[in-house]
Amino acid sequence: MATEAGRAALPSVLWRRRPSVTSVLGTLFVLLILVWLGVNLVKTPSAFFSASLIGITNGAVYGLIALGYTLVYGILELINFAHGDVFMLGAMISYWFVANVFHVHDNPSMTTLLPAAIATLFIVMAICASINITVERIAYRPLRHAPRLAPLITAIAVSYILQNIALAQTGAGYEALGTVLPHGKVFSIGGVTYTWNKLIVILITIPVLLGLIWLVQRTRQGKAMRATAQDRDAAAMMGINVNRTIAFTFGIAGALAGAAGLLYMLYYQSIRYDSGFQLGLIAFTAAVLGGIGNLPGAVLGSLMIGLVQAFNDELTWHAPGGNWTQSIVFTILILVLVFRPEGLLGERTPEGA
Amino acid sequence: MRRRWRELKRQRWEPLPETLRRAIVAGVVGFLLLVLFTPFAGFDTTALFAYLIFVVTYVPPYRRLPLGRFVVPLAVLVLAVAYPYYGDHMFTLPVFSATGSNGFPSMDTATIITVFAMMAVGLNMVVGYAGLLDLGYVAFYATGAYVSGWLASPQFAGQTFGFGGTGVTPGTPGIHISIWLLILLGGIVTAVIGVLIGLPTLRLRGDYLAIVTLGFGEIMPQIAKNGDNFFNTGFNLTGGPSGITPIDPPGFGHWLHNNVWSGLPSDYLSATHADRFFFWTGLALLVVTVFCSVRLRDSRLGRAWVAIREDEVAAAAMGIPLMRTKTWAYASGAFFGGVAGAFYASYKTETFPDDFFFNISVFILCMVILGGMGNVWGVLLGAAFLAYLDRQGISNAGGWLNDHFSGAHASWFKIWSSPIDVSKYSFGIYGLIILIVMLFRPEGLIPSSRRKAEFSAEDLSDEPLYDVQR
Repeated sequence: MATEAGRAALPSVLWRRRPSVTSVLGTLFVLLILVWLGVNLVKTPSAFFSASLIGITNGAVYGLIALGYTLVYGILELINFAHGDVFMLGAMISYWFVANVFHVHDNPSMTTLLPAAIATLFIVMAICASINITVERIAYRPLRHAPRLAPLITAIAVSYILQNIALAQTGAGYEALGTVLPHGKVFSIGGVTYTWNKLIVILITIPVLLGLIWLVQRTRQGKAMRATAQDRDAAAMMGINVNRTIAFTFGIAGALAGAAGLLYMLYYQSIRYDSGFQLGLIAFTAAVLGGIGNLPGAVLGSLMIGLVQAFNDELTWHAPGGNWTQSIVFTILILVLVFRPEGLLGERTPEGA
Repeated sequence: MRRRWRELKRQRWEPLPETLRRAIVAGVVGFLLLVLFTPFAGFDTTALFAYLIFVVTYVPPYRRLPLGRFVVPLAVLVLAVAYPYYGDHMFTLPVFSATGSNGFPSMDTATIITVFAMMAVGLNMVVGYAGLLDLGYVAFYATGAYVSGWLASPQFAGQTFGFGGTGVTPGTPGIHISIWLLILLGGIVTAVIGVLIGLPTLRLRGDYLAIVTLGFGEIMPQIAKNGDNFFNTGFNLTGGPSGITPIDPPGFGHWLHNNVWSGLPSDYLSATHADRFFFWTGLALLVVTVFCSVRLRDSRLGRAWVAIREDEVAAAAMGIPLMRTKTWAYASGAFFGGVAGAFYASYKTETFPDDFFFNISVFILCMVILGGMGNVWGVLLGAAFLAYLDRQGISNAGGWLNDHFSGAHASWFKIWSSPIDVSKYSFGIYGLIILIVMLFRPEGLIPSSRRKAEFSAEDLSDEPLYDVQR
């Protein structure tokens, strides 16, 4: 530790000349993966392209969830374990609305699907935002001055409670929706067709990310959020209502989770009460990979995690296979946290390591 | 309201002599039991007897006697050791009794309680003493279980090796080493793994460390699940989803059984009361764990853990080597997790990945939080209560609820129409317990005095108390 502190004190140019062992190993590792991908591309180009398309789409869905993690972490430095479960509730609620209220079933026409999807989107965003705000009010706000691990523990507790609410409502099986998104062809590459349902996911994620960046960077409320994230006490002294700002952040994160839930339900068509926790962990990994607290980083990390998963599942030449996907994701999480806790796009902060 | 209560407590309650206060508490408990038990369960002389034991151990000021601090733990220990003889003859518990049972832990539940209590005490060293949140404790438990799976079962049938294995005929394929050695070895291997996991990760800040341990906790069962065919090489390490079975039972061997005392079974499964022997073994291991835990807490190392928990920077400034101390906390916590796992595998005669998911980590954490982080006795209480709840309590209480409130045959009045499977929601219930305890009594049921001071000192609590950056 002493050496590391010493190194940080040196001018950055000085130690950049002598790369550390970890950075050399890390570069080698990345090169090895690139070689592996290249060989796979040559051997089975169609599998490679289809994996890439699947990966990007999955990554976009993870991105919406990861944005919620990163928003909350950015302002409270709290890993909101319950976020994945809010997302799961969002998917359940959108299932209920799409199937039982708007009666959208297999292969709907555009005129039935579009209004139903848009209406559900707003409803589910509002519901999930209020769920997340309630969770914050009950489980995190009373512990704001408690030791730092206390809200983390209540977050796990809330996650279990939300899972059991869903379990009580829907039972232990999967809630499944028919094929609702159109599967028409957009373009084809290397014999693999890119279908509309995949494109729709991207088409929703990108505007949401841009809107969020606009909200955080350009609006007054975003300014309050950034101020609160930097220093809560100073922000309060400047007349910012800290509690309201935090609640607002949780609301935004919840709305994102709701949108992700609808998207997930439309694209993957089935969800179970415990899917949210696993997906939440994957999304959290993505947020950490991109640099937690960094909005574009969350999406970048999600795309990478999505690609890693898809490559691992689909490719055949020396791929560990789908059984190991989860382990690989968590290995990435551990490696990033240990060797580069600031992530790909994050900046090294004093408390970052 | 709360403030007035506190004021009243300070002015009227605390000046009373301690013995009188305890006598009053015992009286109130007795009155409540009388009121609660008699309408539901009927009055029973064994209940009176249990209450008298409680009064005799709780009220007199043993602390003032020389060696007096050992009186209560010894009494509890004696009661626990004798449990197989009176457990079935106790009075009937209200709510928690299914038909045909008295609601007290069966021998199986009691053995599981000792295993979980061991793990909770082990986790308490990491979370309670050193303040490092470990969300992957189940990884250590799994390691211990697989160590005894590998070295005391026909798993590696290509090898034939025996060393003090009991319950198998010599020359059986597979490695068969004495479970007693494996319990120790499981602890040691797990401690080594704890150090290996800890070395790169322990310099991370509190919540990052929690996530990394969670990652390890998620990877471990996957390795166990997919380990029957490692990367299509055909090498079967862990037996895959169906696990490793059968694992040899512990025992004293034929020589002791035949020549010393026939009451010592050559292996537990051949004994008339196998469950009792397993329970006593678990209890003995638990006693060792608790002893080590208490002695470690008061040692130089334990005080260093507490110092790190309270203020890392100050602890480092006082010359405590942070990494080494934390790694020791990890290793000792892991050791007892491994011991518990090795024993558990031998008790269940099998080990498979479903026992090692994240849920179990949270369950053990819940025990530590409910009992009171940092206090061994509280953690024991929490572990006993929750393990009981998990094995018997929730389903019994659920049965009681369904009998009284569900359907047309509800004996009291109808609230829901068809019986609900309450044990399905056990983890929701644990989550609720964690949430309520963290919000209203973060120091736990039986707080350690130091912890209590940390949580109630409001002017201090602006600063994070045990997880400042390195």
